Amino acid sequence: MARIRNGRPTPLATGGNVARAVRTRTAGEARAAVARGRARLVRAQFPLRAPTVPRTVEVPEDPDELGANFDTEWARRGPAKAVRRLITAGPLAALITVVADPTVIGRDRLDDLRRAEPVAPLIFAPNHHSHLDIGLVIRSIPEPWRSTVTVAAAADYFFDTKLKGTVAALALNALPIDRHEVGRTSSDRIRELIDDGWSLVIFPEGGRSPDGWGQGFKGGAAYLAAKTGVAVVPVFLDGTGAIFGKGMKRPKPGTTTVVFGTPMRPAEGESTRRFAARIEAAVTVLGDEALTDYWTARRRAASGTNPKLSGPDYTGWRRQWALGEHRRSAPAGVRRRQRRRWPDLG
Amino acid sequence: MPRPGFVLDVDRSTPPTLFWRGEGFSLEKLPADRSRVIYPAEPLPAIDDVDGAIRHALLHPVDSDPLPALLFPGMKLTIAFDDVSLPLPKMRKPDIRQRVIEAVLDLAAEAGVDDVHIIAALALHRRMHEFELRHAVGDRVYDAFAPRGLLYQHDAEDPAGLAFLGATPQGEEVEINKRAAESDLLVYVNINLVAMDGGWKSTATGLASYRSLRHHHNPATMQASRSFMDQHRSELHKSNWRMGKVMRDHGPKVFQIETTLNTDTFPKGFEFLSRREWEWTMRDRASYLGVKKSLDRTPAKLARKIFHSIEAPHQMTSVQAGEVEAVHRITTEHVFAQQLVEVRGQTDILTMGIPYISPYNVHSILNPILVMCMGLGYYFNMYRGMPLVREGGVVIMTHPCPPDFHPVHHPSYIDFYEQVLSETTDPVRMSTEFEERFATDDWYRHLYRTSYAYHGVHPFYMWYWGSHGLQHVARTIIVGGDPKTVRRLGFTPASTLDDALEIASDVVGRSATITHLHTPPLMVADVS
Repeated sequence: MARIRNGRPTPLATGGNVARAVRTRTAGEARAAVARGRARLVRAQFPLRAPTVPRTVEVPEDPDELGANFDTEWARRGPAKAVRRLITAGPLAALITVVADPTVIGRDRLDDLRRAEPVAPLIFAPNHHSHLDIGLVIRSIPEPWRSTVTVAAAADYFFDTKLKGTVAALALNALPIDRHEVGRTSSDRIRELIDDGWSLVIFPEGGRSPDGWGQGFKGGAAYLAAKTGVAVVPVFLDGTGAIFGKGMKRPKPGTTTVVFGTPMRPAEGESTRRFAARIEAAVTVLGDEALTDYWTARRRAASGTNPKLSGPDYTGWRRQWALGEHRRSAPAGVRRRQRRRWPDLG
Repeated sequence: MPRPGFVLDVDRSTPPTLFWRGEGFSLEKLPADRSRVIYPAEPLPAIDDVDGAIRHALLHPVDSDPLPALLFPGMKLTIAFDDVSLPLPKMRKPDIRQRVIEAVLDLAAEAGVDDVHIIAALALHRRMHEFELRHAVGDRVYDAFAPRGLLYQHDAEDPAGLAFLGATPQGEEVEINKRAAESDLLVYVNINLVAMDGGWKSTATGLASYRSLRHHHNPATMQASRSFMDQHRSELHKSNWRMGKVMRDHGPKVFQIETTLNTDTFPKGFEFLSRREWEWTMRDRASYLGVKKSLDRTPAKLARKIFHSIEAPHQMTSVQAGEVEAVHRITTEHVFAQQLVEVRGQTDILTMGIPYISPYNVHSILNPILVMCMGLGYYFNMYRGMPLVREGGVVIMTHPCPPDFHPVHHPSYIDFYEQVLSETTDPVRMSTEFEERFATDDWYRHLYRTSYAYHGVHPFYMWYWGSHGLQHVARTIIVGGDPKTVRRLGFTPASTLDDALEIASDVVGRSATITHLHTPPLMVADVS
């Protein structure tokens, strides 16, 4: 049997044709509904829409609530602390374990302070290769500091939108800090927090490494230690740059090492600049310890021959090449060594 | 301010007293008006800046140049440290040896010293497991030295690894670790848990061989040591000091670092074990009941594992470095300041609860021979002046004393128990008839060198350790011990403390005085 359409016979509608026809009709109706909604929105007036401004009136600008001015006070109160504790113990720990598989060394160097009554806050000063560093450090810091640690995070990166800022404040207890200049507001706020018993993670390099080698340490950690009297713990992080370094779009799971150093305090009359240099030297020795061993690092420290965090002075491909050699030469590097790309020709 | 130790006269209102029974304990009522209990002093305050104190000791030593002045490039430096037998229980991390060794290494690095060996001075003790070495010296030092073969354990049976330094006027041969003997500087890192440790005993015993040790580890020396805790009346120490003179004249320069710990022995949850019973809070009583009921239902192996996992919150009370004898004099003062308890007069019956641990069964089993050693060797000797129990008195210990031995750690103990104790319990006869065979047995030697076994002669030494006690007391009773095993040791079994006191009355009469040593924590009775 056939139906007659436009004078020509057409085959009877099958099951497939019926379904297609239904889908087409439904899609058409949906499109029409969206168009109607949009038209209503366009037609909507105040108070359904924001008010228009009279031309004769000058409206004052909204205070800037982003960047360094982002309010994170709420993130250090009860409910947010409880949520963060869950995040730190659950998803964050799982993520760090799966992606970074950390080996943590030197926590025993904090034991004396951990057993003191009351436990004093600390400033943790790690080198910086990756956004992963924040989670890795938080996960590696021993209690009781872990639950009372706040992170100095780049205001222009982590707090440039409300969503990012809220997530950073809630999950990491991040505190916006202007990395280009430590303004009085930022430093005063951090000092107040430390006085209230909060510990701080601050990356003295000011930003992630652009090429895998370290950068010079700025004086933020040293300045805050001098102002608050709190000890600085040098921390060396290795491996995060290869997992999720600057410029990488997605993480490439690998292994990492976290080495905690002996807490340091500024000496009597020591300038911020000199103390910052000492912190950098301590992290350099820890870096050597992570890649070689304790004794080698101590001997090189005594003779001033620890490999610099900032790498060799030459530039270009040789610098990048040296980075690979540096890490391959170490036991940790051996574990990470990848398959040879070139045949071994003897 | 911590309270000093004291002696409690037991009256009708005194609560029952805690007695250790291996991996367990019980509360026992001591007879009123004729019993007393000696309680140890509370832990002395610890040094706040431990690392600072260690560095200060190294830079300002006693009767010696500062350590940096003794270090120079191209030198041979050997660092020896006390083995797993100290401290007891093991201290929570970081171990004091780790802190001292790291401080020494820092100075050695600054001085450009490359040739450094680190040696566990374990004499004829068993080899330490890797986890024990890591606990003692820390992961950093272990990972830096052990993989290169620069951190290892003294081997008293390696002919190529021993050096003969000479003999004392009394003919005592001094043979110690060759690397230590040939070093430009030997730094010894010690933990002085009791006054017996340290001084020349660290090097002359810890790094010695059987050839050397037999001169003072024998029944005659042990019986003449009154007591081991009093260096000036201890033949054991006099022999070690004579050997020390040989080492000073013919051996390496020794830089001794000695540390003392307070008696903070048990961590949270077990504090009641250190408290005086009438001061037990509701929480302490609940802890006691909970722990005791649980232990009563726990298999022995698991209970042992739980107890040996305890890490003591010991803290350092002093550190001194420099010339061996000068350092040890100060160390001993610190040990006595913590542990000495004044006691007036001796007693007819000395009671003691034997705990789960001794220096020779860390992560292992306190076998019957070690029970004897703990009772008559250690606790009996915890005195200065005169023994707590009068000559011809009775010692009562509480311990289940099962015939259990750790087959890896104590293989020669098993044969000692079966072959020697079945023949004699007389230390002199043992030393003449059996010692040589065990000491030179190839299989025991092999196990000592390549496994984790105590040396073949070690059970003899443990028995000799109690030889003064054996000679001094008329009867030794073990309450709650396996009867067959107790009889094999030559002692008398009893089911309860009341039974034991009844048995003792045969020897010391019905109105005998009783003294109980409430230890651990450790103490030394200063008996006048």
